[in-house]
Amino acid sequence: MSGPDVMFPEEQQQIALVCQRLHRDANAKAVLLIGRDGQPIAEAGEVGEIDVTSLSSLTAGNVAATGGISKILREKDFTSQFHEGERTHVHITLVGGRAILVVLFDERSSLGLVRLRVKKASDEMAKAFDQVAKKAASNQGPSILSEITDADIDNLFND
Amino acid sequence: MSFINYSSREINCKLVYYGPGLCGKTTNLQFIYAKTSPEAKGKMISLATETERTLFFDFLPLSLGEIRGFKTRFHLYTVPGQVFYDASRKLILKGVDGVVFVADSQIERMEANIESLENLRWNLQDQGYNLDKLPYVVQYNKRDLPNIAPLEELRELLNPTKVPDFEACATTGIGVFETLKAVAKAVLTELKKGS
Repeated sequence: MSGPDVMFPEEQQQIALVCQRLHRDANAKAVLLIGRDGQPIAEAGEVGEIDVTSLSSLTAGNVAATGGISKILREKDFTSQFHEGERTHVHITLVGGRAILVVLFDERSSLGLVRLRVKKASDEMAKAFDQVAKKAASNQGPSILSEITDADIDNLFND
Repeated sequence: MSFINYSSREINCKLVYYGPGLCGKTTNLQFIYAKTSPEAKGKMISLATETERTLFFDFLPLSLGEIRGFKTRFHLYTVPGQVFYDASRKLILKGVDGVVFVADSQIERMEANIESLENLRWNLQDQGYNLDKLPYVVQYNKRDLPNIAPLEELRELLNPTKVPDFEACATTGIGVFETLKAVAKAVLTELKKGS
């Protein structure tokens, strides 16, 4: 088993900026970046009324199911998905095998524009994830795990 | 796989409730959801069939408090117990940090328990995990029913490695939080060990 996935403040900021730019450039309603196991990482745009936690977990489940289908069909991963709604459409892409980029958009944008902007944004995000992985591997980032004591864990579960 | 965000100061972990069909995995989550304060939980999602059998998974996000200024968030999932949903079960185990095996204590479900436990072992192996190295607890559910197997027999058959185990009645909540606490604690301890 490998160690935990991590995100450091510097790269989080870079990724947040990429999300904001993608939101603007793609005329999107909202942009969400989700960890491959369904944890929300970053967001931009109109997310106020969205249950981001639930959306993230369902999207990760959806991507995992699609990955399962691709395996059965002996196809390489389906790297993107598109769901067409009446008012809101959803574009889902894998970012460097590490995260899932979700763009919610409506009639103010188009699938073509979203696809075009997503390509550049996901390349930039993948670079940020590479940086995170390098830092984590070389122990350059902070580490909360080494600070946690058994007493801290016990205290969490004391009624 | 656990996810630590140093920017939002969060530790996220994934727990999976596994077990045969109708053993009470969803009922465990429903009880936790009902008894947790609104600020500590998110929405519970159930992807179920029309007859309320789990089709893909149930999902419940929970906050368990802070450790050294980091919020600990646990994402609880159940798998569909019915035999033919095996492909879905495998997918839900992806990135798992801790497992609860929920056994049905009724004598007539013993074979289903054993089959499901073997299936858990295989499916974990398929994802690159070893059940013996993963934070893992066992829950013997439905202890309130009349036709149940003795605890010692359940232990012998379903918990040969002697991991923490709990008697439960998920409909009334007996043993539900004890099980959750034990697996969550084991996950955090394992995470710390790996640092």
